[in-house]
Amino acid sequence: MTPLRSAGTAPARLDALRADLDAGLGADARAWFHRALQEAAAHPGTHGPISVWELRLAEAGRRCGNRHADAVRVLLLHAARADAATLTRVYHQGTADERRAVLHALPHLVPGPDALPLVEDALRTNDTRLLAAAVGPYAARHLDAHAWRHAVLKCLFTGVPVDAVARLADRARGDGELARMLTDHAAERTAAGRTVPEDLRHVLALTGAAPAPSSAPSPAADHSSTDHPHGKES
Amino acid sequence: MRIFDPHIHMTSRTTDDYEAMHAAGVRAVVEPAFWLGQPRTSPASFLDYFDSLLGWEPFRAAQYGIAHHCALALNPKEANDPRCTPVLDELPRYLVKDRVVAVGEIGYDAMTPAEDKALAVQLQLAADHGLPALVHTPHRDKLTGLRRTLDVVRESALPLDRVLVDHLNETTVREAKDSGCWLGFSVYPDTKMDERRMVALLRAYGPERVLVDSAADWGRSDPLKTRKVADLMLTEGFTEDDVDRVLWRNPVAFYGLSGRLDLEVTAPDATHEGNSVLRGGE
Repeated sequence: MTPLRSAGTAPARLDALRADLDAGLGADARAWFHRALQEAAAHPGTHGPISVWELRLAEAGRRCGNRHADAVRVLLLHAARADAATLTRVYHQGTADERRAVLHALPHLVPGPDALPLVEDALRTNDTRLLAAAVGPYAARHLDAHAWRHAVLKCLFTGVPVDAVARLADRARGDGELARMLTDHAAERTAAGRTVPEDLRHVLALTGAAPAPSSAPSPAADHSSTDHPHGKES
Repeated sequence: MRIFDPHIHMTSRTTDDYEAMHAAGVRAVVEPAFWLGQPRTSPASFLDYFDSLLGWEPFRAAQYGIAHHCALALNPKEANDPRCTPVLDELPRYLVKDRVVAVGEIGYDAMTPAEDKALAVQLQLAADHGLPALVHTPHRDKLTGLRRTLDVVRESALPLDRVLVDHLNETTVREAKDSGCWLGFSVYPDTKMDERRMVALLRAYGPERVLVDSAADWGRSDPLKTRKVADLMLTEGFTEDDVDRVLWRNPVAFYGLSGRLDLEVTAPDATHEGNSVLRGGE
């Protein structure tokens, strides 16, 4: 599994996604995918009890395999020219996998902040896969400072690697309030005899603030030798 | 030992249970939709529940290396409540989703006309969506309930070999087996079946089309009953292949009828899953 380097890298290009899928899908899945793209382009919008492209969106996992489903769904949403209202409906009627694909599609399909409630909804969950998708380029563009800081902190709480946060360095630079929140969180962990996640030190350094006090609790006092990636955050 | 629990209500269980189940060998579960222990008052309550079975539960299960699928339906008890029955109109858009491997649990509770209707409608939905059905047999007046269930299935568009009839026991197993349906047994601490009786039935009727589940929920139940049955089978002279057949291959074959079973578990810490250019940046 190749870690994504989202922040600061080249924009995701849909033609690159398409090329990756064409290379990675088996013959049957590729044929299904091409047909689904054509259907979505020819018959976008809502029609009948369930639009054909929405049916294809629902079955993308079993047709193309989970590894490719996110990319397939993003391209189907793009082919269907889904706007903010449609994406909102698809998100709310979707499985976690479909919701993740909607979040990935936002920067490609929604120019303004209309779909921000979807990002906020995903940030309220404890599903790390949704959280990671929520802190992408669309959030970087539209989340206000308070919500963005809490999103970063939530990544640290739940073990989502902060390299999932788009434009992390840009937005963290000179953010004194984020630095304070990080320092307080580090102090709270140190007081509890827990380690301070390396990602926290990394983000704190990006803010330009002084490093968090070194905390190296004795092994006996360290009740969470690893930062459990799915800590309770309820 | 690999175990597939074909009927367990994980939404009512703790995360510690997932950990213990994995340690016991459970690698896959199917969670059928059921009653919450307290009446729902609107279809929206079902939709939140279905969303959880397609979102939070598979995520929670994957943390412990367990593949989670679900069966969706209006349960027999709430089929009698007119505040709940409109959920039948919402089911079609859910039944097309990945990881929905059956319609269920459907069947009879008190054998009312409203239950007749909900059962027939949902058997048709299963047939329309290429899904098998998990049919619960009633706790009260069970043999009559089984016969009425099998009659309704015979009149439906869904063939009996795409139906799992669950909560069977000594009084219902013969007629169920003769019908050609799949045979489900729920092993409980007090009620339904226990391990010893389960092994005796396996000896008497053979392992063909037999599935064993814990049906664990918010009541007095045990999510490790599948493993306990497997252990007793081995103690009582069944082979490891027999155990694998009943506790793994049979449920895989039944739910595999959906064409949607995906037993590969994607670790949820793989927040970077998928295509490396998917995320992009700006």
